[in-house]
Amino acid sequence: MRNLLAAVLLACAAQAAHAQLTIEITGAGGQRIPVAVAPLAGEGALLDGSNATLSSIVRADLERSGLFRGVEVPRLVPQPTEASSVNYAEWRSRLADALVLGSAAARPDGRFEVRFRLYDVVKQASLGGVAYTLARDQVRATAHRIADYVYEKLTGEKGVFSTRIAYVVKRGERYELQVADADGMHEQAMLVSNEPIISPAWSPDGRRLAYVSFQNKKPIVYVQDIEVPKQRIVANFKGSNSAPAWSPDGQRLALVLTRDGNSQIYLINPDGSNLQRFARSSGIDTEPFFSPDGQWLYFTSDRGGSPQIYRMPVAGGPAQRITFEGGYNVSPRVSPDGKSLAYIARNNGRFQATLLDLGTGQVQVLTDSDLDESPSFAPNGRQILLATIIAGRGVLTAVSADGRVKQRLTVSAGDVREPAWGPLTQ
Amino acid sequence: MRALWTLLIAATLAACATTTETQPPAGVEDRAPGGATAPGTQGVPSKPVTGVDLTGSKPAATAAADPLHDPASILSQRSVYYDFDKYDIRDEFKPVIEAHARYLREHDGVKMLIQGNTDERGSREYNIALGQRRSEGVKRMLTLLGVGEAQVEAVSLGEEKPKEAGHTEEAWTRNRRSDMLYPGEY
Repeated sequence: MRNLLAAVLLACAAQAAHAQLTIEITGAGGQRIPVAVAPLAGEGALLDGSNATLSSIVRADLERSGLFRGVEVPRLVPQPTEASSVNYAEWRSRLADALVLGSAAARPDGRFEVRFRLYDVVKQASLGGVAYTLARDQVRATAHRIADYVYEKLTGEKGVFSTRIAYVVKRGERYELQVADADGMHEQAMLVSNEPIISPAWSPDGRRLAYVSFQNKKPIVYVQDIEVPKQRIVANFKGSNSAPAWSPDGQRLALVLTRDGNSQIYLINPDGSNLQRFARSSGIDTEPFFSPDGQWLYFTSDRGGSPQIYRMPVAGGPAQRITFEGGYNVSPRVSPDGKSLAYIARNNGRFQATLLDLGTGQVQVLTDSDLDESPSFAPNGRQILLATIIAGRGVLTAVSADGRVKQRLTVSAGDVREPAWGPLTQ
Repeated sequence: MRALWTLLIAATLAACATTTETQPPAGVEDRAPGGATAPGTQGVPSKPVTGVDLTGSKPAATAAADPLHDPASILSQRSVYYDFDKYDIRDEFKPVIEAHARYLREHDGVKMLIQGNTDERGSREYNIALGQRRSEGVKRMLTLLGVGEAQVEAVSLGEEKPKEAGHTEEAWTRNRRSDMLYPGEY
C-alpha cells in the first residue's frame, strides 16, 4: 500500500516539468528590502514537483528581482500563521522590514487552501493578505502569485513572477521554440525543427506566439496558439517574410516582406488577411515595434546610409530619426510605459544593449558584453531580457533597467537565444 | 487505516489532474483598521503548452541531372561571396552567374532558389534584410541576362545557416554568401 502511494507521488513528480533553464544572479542592486518569508504552517505537505516549499519559492522569486533580500528565519515553535499576532519587536530584531506569514491546509475535496498575510514590520501594520484554493500542481504558480502580491505592495509596481518567457534553444542541428515560466521552470516546447526559428513575439493576451520558421528553406511568419499544436501561416509571400510585431490591441501584426524587392514593412491581420504596405523606402526597413499606445511604429532602417532607428505614426506621416550616435543602432523595443527605448548599438565593434530615455535623449549602455541581441522588456519595465554570447555559448541575460542587477539564464548542452518576455497574466 | 490510505491516494490522484476547477476564493479577512479585504485568486491558471515536432520529416534528396553536379563544369559552382557589409557582386563571380543564366534560359522549366547569407554579427532580423539584398543582387543579374522573373526566387537566411561554425574572420568570410540552388538541393 505504502509503495503504491509512493508510486502515485512519483507519477505526480514526473508530470511536473523540470527546470531546463538555470538562472544565476550575477549582480544585485544596492538598496534591497530585507523581507522575512516565514515557512507557511503546514506547507511541508504541499511541495511542488521539485520538492520546493511555497515559502522558498516566494523568497527565491523576490531575491531574483534584485530588489529584495531574504532574511533568515529560524525554526519557530509554535509556527506562526496569518492568524497569529505578530511580535513586531522580534522581527525588527531580525532586521526584517517586511514579513510574510501564512498557512497551508488540505481541504476535504482533495485540494488545498493557502493563506498568507504581509506585514510592514517598521510601521507595525498589516498590508493585506490573500487566500488561494489550489490543486497540488499549482503550488509553484501560487507561490508566484504570493510573490507578485508582496512585490506590488512593497514597490508599487506589478510583479512579473507569474509571467512566461519564450526563447529558442539550438542543440546541435535541432531548434526548439520553448515557453517557460519567468523563473525558468516548466519549460515546454512549442515547436521543434531541424531548421532555424527566430523572432518569437507574444500576442498581447499571452495566448499566441508569432515567429519566423525556416522549415520550408526560407523565412515564413507563423502564428501558433500556445495550447494548440498547430501552426498557422500568416505570411508566405515570394522572398523573405520576417520580423513580426503585434499591435497593442492584438488585431494587427507588423512584419517585413521582400515581395517587392527590398525589405519593407507591412501590416497584416494575424490570420493572414488584409495585407497593407506601411512604409516605402529605397533602403532596408525592418524590425518594426509598436509603441504601447499603438500610435507609433519604431523600426530599423538604413535609409540614411547606416542602420539607425526611426519611428513613424501608425496613422501615417513622415519618419523621424531616433538614434544619432554611432553607425549601427538596431532592434528597437519601446518600454511598457513608452518612456524609453532599448536597442542594440555597436560601439567599437561591440554590440551592446543600450537604453535611450525618449524624453531627455540620455543614452545608457546596459552591458559590457560584445554580442548582445534581441532585447525584450519585462511587462513591468523593470528588467530587459536579452541574448548574448558568453564563452562561446548562447545565453540569456536579464538586466535591470538601471543596469545594476544582472541574471544569467543558461540551458545545459545548448545555445539559448531570441528571448521574448510575455505579458502580465490575469 | 486502510480507508485513510485509500483517501490519501484518491486525493493525490486528484491532485495529479491537470485541469482543475476552482471554487470562489476565500479571502483572508483583513484585521488592520480600515484595511480592505484583498481579492482572492481563482486558483492559478497553468495553461499547458502543446507543441509541434517537425524533426521527423526530412525531405528526401533527389538526384539532379548533370552538369549541375559535374565538378568540371562551372555550373557546379553555386556560391557568390561578399565583402563585409557589402552586397555588390565581385567580378570573379560574374562568370558563374552568367553560366547559370545560360542554363536557366536553356531550361526554362527549371527553377532556382537563391539564399542570401550573412556572418553572425549584428541583429538577426537586420541580417535577414542584408542577406536578402545579396540574393536580390544575384537575381537581378540573372534576370538582366534574360532569365524569367518567375524562374528565380531570392530569399534570405540571414546569419542562421553559416557554412563555417567558427567566430573568426575566416569563418565570417565564408558565411557572407549567396547560394544558387536547384530543386532537390534545398
